[in-house]
Amino acid sequence: MLSKIIPELGHFALILALLMALVQAVVPMAGTLTRRPLWMAFAKPLASGQFLFLAIAYLCLTTSFLLDDFSVAYVANNSNSMLPWYYKTTAVWGSHEGSVLLWSLMLGGWGFAVSQCSSQLPRDMVARVLSVMGMVCVGFLLFVLITSNPFERLLPNMPQDGADLNPLLQDFGLVIHPPMLYMGYVGFSVVFAFAIAGLIGGRLDAAWTRWARPWTNLAWAFLTVGIALGSWWAYYELGWGGWWFWDPVENASLLPWLAGTALIHSLAVTEKRGSFKSWTLLLAITTFSLSLLGTFLVRSGVLTSVHAFANDPARGTFILVLLGLTVGLSLLVFALRAPRVSHSIGFTWLSRDALLLVNNILLVIMTVTVLLGTVYPLLLDALGLGKISVGPPYFNALFVPLTGLLCVFMGLGPSSRWKQMSGRELFKRLLGAGIASVVIAAVAPLVYGGQWNLWVSLGLVMALWIVLSLGRDLFDKVRNASSLGIGLRRLSPAYWGMVVGHLGLAVTIVGVTMVSNYNIERNVRLAPGESVEVAGYTFAMQGLRERRGPNFIADTATIDVSRNGEHRFTMQPEKRLYLARGMPMTDVALRPGLLRDLYVALGEDLGDGSWALRIQFKPFVRWLWLGALLMAAGGMLAVVDKRYRRVKRRAQQPVTSDTSGFKEAQA
Amino acid sequence: MKRRLFLLIPLVLFVVLAVFLYRGLALDPSARDSSLLGQSFPSFTLSTLEDPERQVDESLLEGEVTLVNVWGEWCPTCKQEMPQLLALEKRGIRLVGVDYKDTREKGHEFLEKFGNPFEINVFDPEGTLGFDLGVYGAPETFLVDAEGIIRYHHTGYITPEDIEQTIMPEVEKWRAD
Amino acid sequence: MACRLIQALALLLCLSWSATTLAAIEVREFDSALQKQRYDSLNGSLRCPKCENQAIGDSESPIAGDMRERVYQLLQDGRSDIEIQNYMTERFGDFVLYNPRLTGRTWLLWGLPAGLVLLGAIVIGFIVRVRRRASNHALSAAERERLDALVNRERTQ
Repeated sequence: MLSKIIPELGHFALILALLMALVQAVVPMAGTLTRRPLWMAFAKPLASGQFLFLAIAYLCLTTSFLLDDFSVAYVANNSNSMLPWYYKTTAVWGSHEGSVLLWSLMLGGWGFAVSQCSSQLPRDMVARVLSVMGMVCVGFLLFVLITSNPFERLLPNMPQDGADLNPLLQDFGLVIHPPMLYMGYVGFSVVFAFAIAGLIGGRLDAAWTRWARPWTNLAWAFLTVGIALGSWWAYYELGWGGWWFWDPVENASLLPWLAGTALIHSLAVTEKRGSFKSWTLLLAITTFSLSLLGTFLVRSGVLTSVHAFANDPARGTFILVLLGLTVGLSLLVFALRAPRVSHSIGFTWLSRDALLLVNNILLVIMTVTVLLGTVYPLLLDALGLGKISVGPPYFNALFVPLTGLLCVFMGLGPSSRWKQMSGRELFKRLLGAGIASVVIAAVAPLVYGGQWNLWVSLGLVMALWIVLSLGRDLFDKVRNASSLGIGLRRLSPAYWGMVVGHLGLAVTIVGVTMVSNYNIERNVRLAPGESVEVAGYTFAMQGLRERRGPNFIADTATIDVSRNGEHRFTMQPEKRLYLARGMPMTDVALRPGLLRDLYVALGEDLGDGSWALRIQFKPFVRWLWLGALLMAAGGMLAVVDKRYRRVKRRAQQPVTSDTSGFKEAQA
Repeated sequence: MKRRLFLLIPLVLFVVLAVFLYRGLALDPSARDSSLLGQSFPSFTLSTLEDPERQVDESLLEGEVTLVNVWGEWCPTCKQEMPQLLALEKRGIRLVGVDYKDTREKGHEFLEKFGNPFEINVFDPEGTLGFDLGVYGAPETFLVDAEGIIRYHHTGYITPEDIEQTIMPEVEKWRAD
Repeated sequence: MACRLIQALALLLCLSWSATTLAAIEVREFDSALQKQRYDSLNGSLRCPKCENQAIGDSESPIAGDMRERVYQLLQDGRSDIEIQNYMTERFGDFVLYNPRLTGRTWLLWGLPAGLVLLGAIVIGFIVRVRRRASNHALSAAERERLDALVNRERTQ
């Protein structure tokens, strides 16, 4: 029967994809070196074929899950016949092996997308880019096939039923969080491939940055959404209402995000002004390298994390070799081939060039700080200096002031001009915004909380400074237009992308500030019929009942929430016991709102008929993720800018890597 | 040329990091030394498991090199570890047990079922002594020298190999002193 | 006891993701709002020695519960935050501090970011000085004006 050999088909498709990736890695690159158009032409069909076979392999694994084929070890470990069908399809990336397969599939997908959208790129550039992506894919497919094969069988002793998917993963947030995150990680492979291709081909003109920018923005937007989803998931699923723990796994996703943010900005300078070329290339390599490093940290077991995958030294060694080869070789290519600096492209203090330089330096310092804090315990341990922990207090102490500094320059940047800007003019333009943000931020805590709070004011002044200076810039841009509508429409999508993205950060900062300072948390004991007041809301316990879910049993509490004596709504927190794993879980009751969340978690039965409850009032917590979505939207918006589709005409002009800034500025 | 060397900096930094990561692979991030090494055994006054009336304190451990094993009936690994502890007792090592977060009945039940290599068992139902010892799970084993100073700490399961490779050499070393 | 066994089994069976399941909820009375705040902050900055990577306030492992209880008692005894942290490190080592103290082995951890900020400021100063000079020659005043207009075209188009 065909269904019996599905795992073998998947395995076979994976091997075929590997072979195609191998050819894709070697032949087109050889073609560019020997100037053989036919060899270069191999790149596109191979990228498509590789993606096709990866998709087949992936579908085969999904089918095995849906058919409850517990003879496949991975299915047996991560599924159960009682698991709802939709979780069976998402359990595919519920653990290590399948998630690496998803990684590879996405890598193939990005390669396929590049091959489809590359009609405007010169042939040799396409060949080099796809060749580099092929090399990365070879590495990952070897990793899957040698150390993490999801199609391995448990024959002849197959289990009767599976061990079930970890209950933490049986949840919508975690269903979409990993794919988004991986799309981001893997997406940075495109700009990485562009950088390596550019270095090898010596083609690093303004056209190069124009090709690389949309891909970078897209990957960055995915990563932003992925990180936000992870934070949102931790918030409602882990049961204690935290949204960022500075866990190594979170840091692993933040590292490429920070470097990617720096890259987006330095690409802007390189495109507009032709300067910072080597720097941009280094950032492109760094960003993808940090994605790989994150993979290593999460999957090798060198760091302890709440979310780490199972430790396996063989896998750790393999990823380290992969990391070493990819990063080491690309940095070597960089060292050998990076273009000469041209000091001829001048700019002054307070010019946009200089402000973006400050932005880049700050973002790099933030990246280094997070990396240092994450690996420092490992460094000390490796040197035999004992075990320490580096956690939230350390990261907050350094990250918050650095963010503040970044925000100061973020306010100046959009209003400044390229090349040169007089301090007096900038001052005149932004004085109003500055004063207004300080005044509003100073008063806001009095109005909201009833008493002055320095930290709230500082946080809000940053957010307001970003927003008001953006508003001022927007006003300057449209005031000469005949009407507001015309003025607004004349602004480019890239500009709007910047506005929305920066606005997103301001929104996130408001969220962080408010929820950190005005969060109210109370642990109470409540018996049916009793009530308690938290932050002006009255929580009245109505009763408890037992409930049976598809693969768990639960104690459900019913709590009526009222305000000013008026009944508002009912909340039902749960304590679940997942049967297959015997694992207890909380299912918190959430009442989300734009200005506040109410958050109730059910604890233990205290014996005398009362239960422990954790009730939290979380003001502005939604703004955290709303801001992240805005940032991602900004990144996407910039992708649709028309100038990325005018590339072809320009690409045909012969441009060399050391074009003067003047020429590029015209282009 | 000078500039090319400058461009090598990222590569050098990466290689340094990679070396650390490689060493990290061989390390166990969850293994830790006790912070009590070289310090006196924490003072305590608790009754024994054998006799609820009898109170003992840290002077119990003075005069002879002693292995203090923290165990509990609720701890599955402790059961697997008992044959090794019995073997250690046969080799003439003094063992003292700390029955950690347990009830007396369960504690007695455990010793009847899996053997009793301990000269005496300190009964620590609230885990207070365990807390002062920095115990965060059972089993944990401390080597205390004749002066009552903690000299060696073993977290978790003691394998038969551990006896030969670490426990016995440590005991010999501190007996000789 | 049975509950502990289940937890141990859950930990064993949970091969890929560690069991971070139930947030422990304890109902405690505090003398003042400040004391509650100190309790929460200590709970957030002390690491559970048993768990993968969790503060004692976020962990349901038995030892984290014991540590919270001890923090609470010590607070009631009127001990300072530093004293409570010392009390914990004496027993469980520096490992339980999420906020590593500045010592011989952690100076790089705290010093490097500060040093980088300083270095960054110097680098920026150096680069802009060099570039500022570059922008002053090479082009005539008229050319410069035209270039400015071209570069900043987006602003005025």
